[in-house]
Amino acid sequence: MKADVVLAGVGGQGVLTVARLLAEAATVDGFHVVQGELHGMSQRGGAVQAHFRLSDQPIESPQVPRGRADLLVGFEPVEALRNIAWLAPGGRIVTAIRPIANVPDYPPIEKVLEALRQFPETILIDAHALAVAAGSVRAENLVVAGAAFSLLPLTRGKLRGIVQKRAERWTAAERDAAIKALAAGRAAIGGAPPVHG
Amino acid sequence: MTNTAPETTTPAAELMLGDDAVAYGALHAGISNAYAYPGTPSTEIFTRLVREAQAHQVTAHWCANEKSAYEGAIGASLAGRRAIVTMKHVGLNVAADPFVNSALLGLGGGLVLAVADDPGMHSSQNEQDSRCLADFARVPCFEPATAQEAYDMTREAFALSERFQVPVVVRLVTRLCHERARVQTRAAEPQKPLQKAGPRQDWVLLPANAKRLWSQLLAEQPAMRQASESSPHNVLREGAGRLGVLTTGVGRRYLGEVLPEMAQAPPHLHVATYPLPAARVRAFAGQLDSVLVLEDGYPYVERLLPGIVPARCKVLGRESGALPASGELTVVNVRAALGLPALRLHEQAALELPARPPRLCDGCVHRDSYGAMLQVMQEIGVATITGDIGCYTLGALPPYQAIDSCVCMGASIGMAKGASDAGLRPAIAVIGDSTFLHSGIQPLVDAIAHDTDMTVLILDNETTAMTGGQPTELPDTRLLPVVLGLGADPAHVHVFAAHPRKVPELAALIRKEIEHRGLSVIVVKRECVQTARQRKTHEG
Repeated sequence: MKADVVLAGVGGQGVLTVARLLAEAATVDGFHVVQGELHGMSQRGGAVQAHFRLSDQPIESPQVPRGRADLLVGFEPVEALRNIAWLAPGGRIVTAIRPIANVPDYPPIEKVLEALRQFPETILIDAHALAVAAGSVRAENLVVAGAAFSLLPLTRGKLRGIVQKRAERWTAAERDAAIKALAAGRAAIGGAPPVHG
Repeated sequence: MTNTAPETTTPAAELMLGDDAVAYGALHAGISNAYAYPGTPSTEIFTRLVREAQAHQVTAHWCANEKSAYEGAIGASLAGRRAIVTMKHVGLNVAADPFVNSALLGLGGGLVLAVADDPGMHSSQNEQDSRCLADFARVPCFEPATAQEAYDMTREAFALSERFQVPVVVRLVTRLCHERARVQTRAAEPQKPLQKAGPRQDWVLLPANAKRLWSQLLAEQPAMRQASESSPHNVLREGAGRLGVLTTGVGRRYLGEVLPEMAQAPPHLHVATYPLPAARVRAFAGQLDSVLVLEDGYPYVERLLPGIVPARCKVLGRESGALPASGELTVVNVRAALGLPALRLHEQAALELPARPPRLCDGCVHRDSYGAMLQVMQEIGVATITGDIGCYTLGALPPYQAIDSCVCMGASIGMAKGASDAGLRPAIAVIGDSTFLHSGIQPLVDAIAHDTDMTVLILDNETTAMTGGQPTELPDTRLLPVVLGLGADPAHVHVFAAHPRKVPELAALIRKEIEHRGLSVIVVKRECVQTARQRKTHEG
């Protein structure tokens, strides 16, 4: 049992935070885990990519190899598309659809979503709307986390526990929104079965 | 070289960054002192050390630059105590003087240099390989492949340093620094007592002493090599075929990733310690027709192999063209080097995707500074603007495209002086507050001494922002007295409290000082938006 995940978004979206949450959840579940990221210059509003690998066997490469990701998690639709080469044959895409158009030549969003739909089994999530409904616009990354988590072979509830632990110093409203956001992400997946390679 | 510390009874290995693993390795080796200047991807080693300093009764200080940091560690070793110093690869250029010379000293407490290379140049201006500098200084070097090894080897490095009384290098790369994995830690060793190292003749590098100490260092080389030859971190795995694979550091993991796809596992030697264990390499290569070297960084081992392996044995790697000469090892290029078919990759041809380079934050003070400079450029036409290292280097990109150069820490001021001396005027240097304290003060001394016709803009955001907001060594209120104290003409030294509404005012000030035919210094200040936000979160 293994799952290779590439997470992609824009600096400031909480991509690295979610990669870390997933890694912690998988660790609690007893898997071997390797999670890689970049810090520094790339964080300043630019494209951000993180890798997360879980396996019941020891893991070799620190990065998911190109063409091997079982799951591509997008926090932003253009960034999901940019990382398509990482996706394995039969791999799945789950991505938030709200564009972050902080660049001059951002393509029309309908074209971006259309390009994403070309790949079978792509799941598009309006994470922004779900986060707002959950009570905090800042919980958009946790909606994506909830969705990604439910596509991984991990024990239900583990992620919630980790977020709750992190949220100890948050206000009750923030904590509540975080938990609701995770649940909304999970619900958005519907009954799709977990990925694994 | 074996570590005798007992295993703790807590079995739960913790998920941590490779950088964290180095920090805990040092803490558990009983360091008393730690020094650093931040630099991606090494920064998080020291962030961790600072956080743990109090609990472990360790002095952990950020320093003005890597040279100062390294010298702090030598001083701790003189006191008989263990010390670690951490930096990025180009930081070791700054610290090269104390580093190379410390190899000659009769070190007391173990001195370990953890240096993080950045193959692929994710956050750096070059991909120099610190193994070459360890070799240059004639000192041992460890090259961990995993976070666990980073922990284990950092601990072991202290004992090795004390055994040979030389600094020992732990060479890291970006992928290891910024990888989170489980690490099993062990019980900490006690700190070493305060005991001044001696004798003095082993610490005073007058030529008479230096000649003797250099000869001693050279005489120790065979013993250091022997320690490397017998290290259990260098592992030989038997295999089939006449092509052998020699891996170093994370190279082993890319080979491990593709091994299941190979018809038969090739003979494999993993090298993790330097000086290169030549006898092991020779024994490994004895029956082989060729050796493929998988190493991240320079073709360092590849270049050492001819003369070690039999003459008929071909050496393949980055220099031979079997692997790309630059950039990181990846599963893709390792597959190709091993002759495995390329994987078919998904493509999307429907859309041309916009590039999304890093950018200055909304509300960043540098936006005001560059906005003002562009205004001035529109008025006066051309100028030469030398840049420096930090967030403000992003002023090279659209929409500003304002700077002409970015070379190394502190270079903006010396280069503006040289450009002005040579006739390229107006010359403007742009440097951040932390970079100014790092190595901008000395070239400013030169510019002041000659009252060079140039304008220095010190962009003061009150932090080392690019690496995550480490405190600068002096509070920003000290910048003005430092500049004035060096002897700059107070009539041409200004501190400007920036505000987006005051950009035209800033532009007018810059223009006025450009027109002054001598040295001017303008400190543009406003707190970094990122650290301001963090501070509010903590205070709230």
